[in-house]
Amino acid sequence: MADVSPIIEDERLKREGFATKLMKRPELGAVAGFVAITLFFLVTASGTMFTLSGIMNFMTPAAQLGILAIGAALLMIGGEFDLSIGSMVAFSGLVFGAFVVTFGMPLVVAIPATFAIAAAIGVLNGSIVLRTGLPSFIVTLAFLFILRGASLVGLKVATGGSTQLRGVRDAIGDDWLAPLFSGDAFTGLFSWLAEQGVIDRFPSGLPKVPGIPVEILWFVAFALVATYVLLRTPQGNWIFASGGDENAASNSGVPVRRVKISLFVLTACCATLVAVITVIDAGSTDARRGFMKEFEAIIAAVIGGCLLTGGYGSAIGAFFGAIIFGMVTLGLTYTDIDQDWFQVFLGAMLLAAVLFNNFIRKRVTGER
Amino acid sequence: MSGDTTFHHGDPGTDAAPIVAMRDIEKHFGNIIALAGVSFDIRPGECHCLLGDNGAGKSTFIKTMSGVHKPTKGEILLEGRPLSFSSPRDAMEAGIATVYQDLAMIPLMSVTRNFFMGREPTRGKWLFKRMDIERANAVTMDEMRRMGINLRGPDQAVGTLSGGERQTVAIARAVYFGAKVLILDEPTSALGVRQTSNVLATIDRVRKQGVGVVFITHNVRHAMAVGDRFTVLNRGKTLGTARRGAITGNELQDLMAGGQEMASLEGSLGGTV
Repeated sequence: MADVSPIIEDERLKREGFATKLMKRPELGAVAGFVAITLFFLVTASGTMFTLSGIMNFMTPAAQLGILAIGAALLMIGGEFDLSIGSMVAFSGLVFGAFVVTFGMPLVVAIPATFAIAAAIGVLNGSIVLRTGLPSFIVTLAFLFILRGASLVGLKVATGGSTQLRGVRDAIGDDWLAPLFSGDAFTGLFSWLAEQGVIDRFPSGLPKVPGIPVEILWFVAFALVATYVLLRTPQGNWIFASGGDENAASNSGVPVRRVKISLFVLTACCATLVAVITVIDAGSTDARRGFMKEFEAIIAAVIGGCLLTGGYGSAIGAFFGAIIFGMVTLGLTYTDIDQDWFQVFLGAMLLAAVLFNNFIRKRVTGER
Repeated sequence: MSGDTTFHHGDPGTDAAPIVAMRDIEKHFGNIIALAGVSFDIRPGECHCLLGDNGAGKSTFIKTMSGVHKPTKGEILLEGRPLSFSSPRDAMEAGIATVYQDLAMIPLMSVTRNFFMGREPTRGKWLFKRMDIERANAVTMDEMRRMGINLRGPDQAVGTLSGGERQTVAIARAVYFGAKVLILDEPTSALGVRQTSNVLATIDRVRKQGVGVVFITHNVRHAMAVGDRFTVLNRGKTLGTARRGAITGNELQDLMAGGQEMASLEGSLGGTV
């Protein structure tokens, strides 16, 4: 902050402590939760959870959820919900699978085409919400069912009766674009590290962890870009403004409609990215892909500090929210605790996060 | 604070040409005549108070002035040229800014982010075009200081400001972005004594910068404290415009309420109104 003139002291203003400043970060809850959960598993879980392969083990599902969660977080900050992202994963998976297997398209055509269709559905979602003024909750709930049903029917048409479309791997072969969306990155580095004995290796000399799964890289990159856009660009300001108060924002010249429609497109594209990655990875797609992911993504965003009412939240928070989610999901298997406690754990965390966020919001806005 | 002078008044003089002149404005909504011939003008550097009781047509009139409504009859002159606004945006671009009661402020966002909402300063090009946070923060702190508000920091949320301070942020924002005419819609109606005097002081500061202020209120004392001219609206018509010193607070009060009834009411209430 560049100060142009000396600040006139006001005796009524107390100096702001470091703790108070920290309290104002929307992602504080998520970071604190992340530390607490890590400590919890460090104590209760077996040591293998925090070995390199253990970390990759929970980071992979966390990354897949996280890509959705960051999109959901931006949309929530913009004041809307998208309950159709889970079904969108299945639908995009079907579209992508059909393009690759049924129509034999190369990835360079199939991937942009899939994204274009997803974007169109995002525009449709957003336009209906904005045109009718209905809550996005209801409109996208409709699309949750429409897209899920369409995926089922579409799969049956594409495969002649089955709800699973196989043969994606064979159709792709060694397409030059495939490494961007599947497998592991930095394999060379990892085998070198294994040779040097820095990381664990099998008796054959191959590293136990061949590299970083690409979805983790996508996840980290997306979190960074989303944070930059939110905090350092005019568009980020527009997202906060649109979610904070639609009328106030448009009275001040913020293109609220454009912002919101872009965000619906973004969530649909996030779902598509996850669909492409998982379909290539598994070599097949089915109609249950992304089941319940819309709720998990919203939970991760809320744990990350997003307010349900919009206008407040952070992408970094959603990043940690998704990691917490991944750790809890897989972490319990490393402990003596019955895994079925997972959902209880999650619900309790969601409740704690909402209460905490509510408290923080009151502090920030000075409500009493 | 009674009718006496609280602030130093600029002398806009009768010779200064009005920035905006509204002539015989009529506005009908179906068969309801909301405005039945209102004339009003605003000169640079003056505070022109528009007084009227509830339902007198104040809101309809300022919405006409700020481009929300199109007048059914009558003309609007901007610096002498006839003009018709088709949207609030047109009026804003012509330099007519309106600070509404709901303020167009977002409590959860910082003062800086609110100040520059929709008009963010940027630096860099294309993909690297980003919000110039340092400049935005510096400008905000500076403008707020000029209005007599010490922020804890530019990242302080607007929700933590008092009602009067929020009004001031909204006014400072409008002036910073080049308002020539500032329409304030009952800025003091929901405020306490202390905050009201802060807002009145802000009006005075803005006026001294050469901005014409249209101050809508139904509180005669607030109007008398800063007004240079007073126009009273009653039942959709202007009852005339008086210069400061040519009219007393009681006379204004009587005009607003339609003298007769007020006198009898005051009798029964023992002169407390």
